[in-house]
Amino acid sequence: MDKIDRRLFLKIASLSILGVTAGSLLEVVNPKDFKDNSIEPLTKLKAKRWAMAIDLTAINEAIINNCINKCHVTHNVPNLRDKQHEVKWIWQEKYSAVFNEGDNDFNLTTLYKNKNIPVLCNQCDNPPCVRVCPTKATFSRDDGIVVMDMHRCIGCRFCMAACPYGSRSFNWTDPRPYIDKINEEYPTREKGVVEKCDFCMERLDRGELPICVEESKNTIIFGDIGNKNSEIYNILSRRTFLRRKEHLGTRPQIFYLI
Amino acid sequence: MYDKGKIIAGLIIGMLIIMLPFWLNIGKTRKLPDPKLSEKAKLAEKCILPTDEMRSAHQVLLVEWRDLAVRDGERLYYSEYNQKKYEISLENTCMDCHSNKKEFCDECHNFAGVTGGSSPTCWNCHNEPKE
Amino acid sequence: MFEKALVGNKKYFTLIAILLTIILISFFVYIYQLKNGLIITGMGRDVSWGLYISQFTYLVGVAAAALMVVLPCYLHNYKQFARITVLGEFMAVSAVIMCMLFIFIDLGRPDRVLNVLLHPTPNSVMFWDMVVLSVYLLLNIVTGWMVLQYERNEVKPPLWVRTLIYIAIPWAPLIHTVTAFLYAGLPGRGYWLTAIMAPRFLASAFCAGPALLILLAFIIKRTSKFDVGNDSIQMLAKIATYALIANVFFLFCELFTVLYSQIPEHLDHFKFLIIGLEGQFQYVPLTWVSIIFMLVAIILLIVPKYRKTKVLLITACFLTLVGTWIDKGLLLMVGGFVPNPFGEIIIYWPTFFESIITMGVWSFGVLILVILYKIAIAVRCEIEL
Ligand code: HEC
Ligand code: HEC
Ligand code: HEC
Repeated sequence: MDKIDRRLFLKIASLSILGVTAGSLLEVVNPKDFKDNSIEPLTKLKAKRWAMAIDLTAINEAIINNCINKCHVTHNVPNLRDKQHEVKWIWQEKYSAVFNEGDNDFNLTTLYKNKNIPVLCNQCDNPPCVRVCPTKATFSRDDGIVVMDMHRCIGCRFCMAACPYGSRSFNWTDPRPYIDKINEEYPTREKGVVEKCDFCMERLDRGELPICVEESKNTIIFGDIGNKNSEIYNILSRRTFLRRKEHLGTRPQIFYLI
Repeated sequence: MYDKGKIIAGLIIGMLIIMLPFWLNIGKTRKLPDPKLSEKAKLAEKCILPTDEMRSAHQVLLVEWRDLAVRDGERLYYSEYNQKKYEISLENTCMDCHSNKKEFCDECHNFAGVTGGSSPTCWNCHNEPKE
Repeated sequence: MFEKALVGNKKYFTLIAILLTIILISFFVYIYQLKNGLIITGMGRDVSWGLYISQFTYLVGVAAAALMVVLPCYLHNYKQFARITVLGEFMAVSAVIMCMLFIFIDLGRPDRVLNVLLHPTPNSVMFWDMVVLSVYLLLNIVTGWMVLQYERNEVKPPLWVRTLIYIAIPWAPLIHTVTAFLYAGLPGRGYWLTAIMAPRFLASAFCAGPALLILLAFIIKRTSKFDVGNDSIQMLAKIATYALIANVFFLFCELFTVLYSQIPEHLDHFKFLIIGLEGQFQYVPLTWVSIIFMLVAIILLIVPKYRKTKVLLITACFLTLVGTWIDKGLLLMVGGFVPNPFGEIIIYWPTFFESIITMGVWSFGVLILVILYKIAIAVRCEIEL
C-alpha cells in the first residue's frame, strides 16, 4: 500500500514541480544576489603519514586551553561537566599521569611533574580500536588518520575497551543541550555513538591545518613523517621525544618533544 | 476437530485489522506534497543531478556523498549534468540552496512517511538550516 | 509438544505471571534508557562496560556448560545422562538468548545492530562472537527439541541430529573461548591481557553450569514427578568439583605471575581488587567473598561424605554459583577498567535502573527455561511412567 502511494505521489509531485518552476520564471531575478554553489577546486592537504609533535618545552597552559577550546567549539563537542560522562577530543592531564609506566620519581618527572600536557587520540599506526570494531565504523585512512564514521557506529564501545589511552568518548546522553553555541558548519553527534579527535580531517581535506595546530603558536608541529624533507621529520630526527605506551606496539603518531 | 467457521472468521477479522491503515485513509482527501524551492534554488535553476534523478534517488546521492567525505576523504563532487564542482556537504551545499527545509524536504517526507530525511536520523546530528 | 507448556498447576502459572511482570517493568525501564541514553547506567568513560556485558560473559559460560552433560553421554556413553542431556541443552538455549539480549541492551544504537552483518569484519572478535553464539543457539534448539521428539516417539534420533550433537560438543568450549578473546586481546588492559583467560573462563563455566543444573534438578524433583536421579547428581557434582579446583588453580597461576613479576600495569588491577589501591577498598570485600566461597565449596564438594549430604551439596552449589558470579559477573569489568589509562581509580556500581533491566533479562531467560523445562519434563514423564 505504501508503494502505490509513493508512486502516485511522485507522479503528482513532478507535475507540481513543473508548476513551481514555471512560476519562478515569471519572477524578476536580480543576478547580483546570486552566489553560485559550485566552488573552486580545493587544494587538499595530502600526506603519506600524518603525525604531530607537541613541544613540551614550549607549550604552556594558556596555549593548551586555547587549543582545547577552539577544537571543541569547532567540532561541537558538548560540555558535560560530569567527569564520567564527558566528551573530549583534546584535553589536558598531568605529565605524571600520561607517562605513568613504572615509577618516574626521577629526572623527567621532577622536571615536568606537575605540568599539564595535552592529550588526544594518538592516531596509532597499528590501532587496536580499528582491529576490534565489528562494523568498520572506525578505520584507518591511507594517510594514517584513524577515523570514526558516525553513520555506522552501533555504540558497542569495544573500541573504548581496546584503546590503551582513554582517548575515546561515548555519548552517554544527547549532547546537543550541552553545546553552548552550535557551529552550523559541522554536525553534532547524538546519543549512543563513540567519537574522538580525527586530526581535523574535514579541514585537511579542504586545505587547512588542524585547528589545534593553528592555535598552538608553533608549539605543535604537524606534518607528513612519510616525507623526509618535512619539518616534522627533521625535528623528530634531531630532538628527543616520548610517545605514550610505546611498548604496546600501537605505534602512536603523537610525539612529545622534551 | 477444527472449527472451520471460526478459523475463517478469525482470518477475516485479522485481514481487516492488518488493512486498518488503508481503511482509515479511505475517503480522506490528501494534500499532495508541493515542495517549494527557495529563492536561491530558483536562481540556480538546476540541482546537482537531473531533477527526476534527484527526486527518486537523492538519498542514494547523499549516501554516496557521505561515504566519499567520511570514508574516502573526498570533499569535491563533479557533476557531469551541470558541469560544476560542488563541495560535498549536506549542511553547506544541499541545505544552502534548499534552505527552506520545512517547505521543501519535509513537505515530501511528511507525505511519503519517510522518517529519515526529516526526523529523526540525519538531523539529530546535522544542523538544520535556520529558517 | 508445545501444548505441554500451556497446562500446569497454579504454582506454574503464578511463576510465569511473576516473571512476565518483571519483564514488563524492565521493558519500560529499557524504553526509558532508549530515550535518555546509557547515562542512566553506572557506566562512564572509564568503566565503559558494566553489568550488562559481564552478565553476558557469565551466561556464555552457563551456555557452554551444557557440554558437561552432553559430552559424557555421547562420547563416554554415560547412559545416566541420557535422561538429562535435554535439560543441559535447554539451559544453553535460555542462556544464549540472555547473552544476546544483554549485548543488545548494551548497544548505544540498537537500531543499527544489523550493521554487524551488513559490514562483516573478520578482524573483530565481536563479529565472531555473534557468529558462534548464533550457531550455538541453533544447534541447541534443534538438537534439544529433536531428541525430545524422537524419544517421545521411542525411536533413536536420526543420524543428522546426532551429527549436530557431535558438532555442538566442540562448539561449546568454542563460544566461551571466543568470548574470552574479546578481552584477552586488548593491549592496554593488564587485568585481561593473559593467555589463561580462556582456560579460566572455561573452568569457571564448567563448575558454575553443573552447579546450576544440580540446583535445578532438586527444584524439578520437588515440583514434578521427574527425578534426575542420585547418580546423575553425584556425577555432576564431581564434574563441578574438578572444574572448580581447576578454576581456583588458574586463579592461583594468574596471581603468582602477576605478584611475582611485579609489573605495575598488571599488578595494580589485582592489588585494587585484593588489597585495595591508593586508599580505595570498595571491591576488596567482594573479592574475598568470592575467593572464600569457592574455597569452602571445594571442601564441601571434595569430601564424599559432605557431597552426598543433600544440604551440604546444595550449599556447595550455591557458593560456587555466587563465587563465580562475583568473579565473572561483576569484578571482571571493574578489574579490567580500573585503574584507568591515567592510573586513576574509578568506582563503578550498577544503578537502580541498570539492575532492573538486568533483572528483566534474567527473568526473560528464566521464563524460557521454565517453559522449555516444563515441556521436557512432561515428555520425560510421559515416556517413563
Ligand atoms: C545550486 C543549488 C542546489 C543545490 C546545491 C542542491 N539543489 Fe536540489 N534542487 C535545486 C533546484 C533548482 C531544484 C529544482 C530543479 C528543477 O525543478 O528542475 C532542485 C531539486 C531537488 C529535488 C527534487 C525536488 C522535486 O520537487 O522533485 C531534490 C530531492 C533535491 N533537489 C535535493 C537536493 C539534495 C539532497 C542536495 C544535496 C546533495 C541538493 N538538492 C543540492 C537546487 C539545488
Ligand atoms: C520530491 C519529494 C522529496 C523531496 C523534495 C525531498 N525528498 Fe528526501 N525522500 C523522498 C522520498 C520519497 C524518500 C524515500 C525513498 C525510499 O525510501 O525509497 C526520501 C528519502 C530521503 C532520505 C533517506 C531516508 C532514509 O531513512 O534512508 C534522505 C536522507 C532524504 N530523503 C533527504 C532529503 C533532503 C535532505 C531533502 C531536502 C534537501 C529531501 N530529501 C527532499 C522524497 C523527497
Ligand atoms: C551520529 C551523528 C550523525 C548522523 C545521525 C548522521 N550524520 Fe552525517 N555526518 C556526521 C559527522 C560527524 C560527519 C563528518 C563531518 C565531517 O567530517 O565534515 C558527517 C558527514 C556527512 C556527510 C559529508 C560531509 C558533510 O559535512 O555533510 C554527508 C553527506 C552526511 N553526513 C550525510 C548524512 C545523512 C544523509 C544522514 C541521515 C541518513 C546522516 N548524515 C546522519 C554525523 C552524523
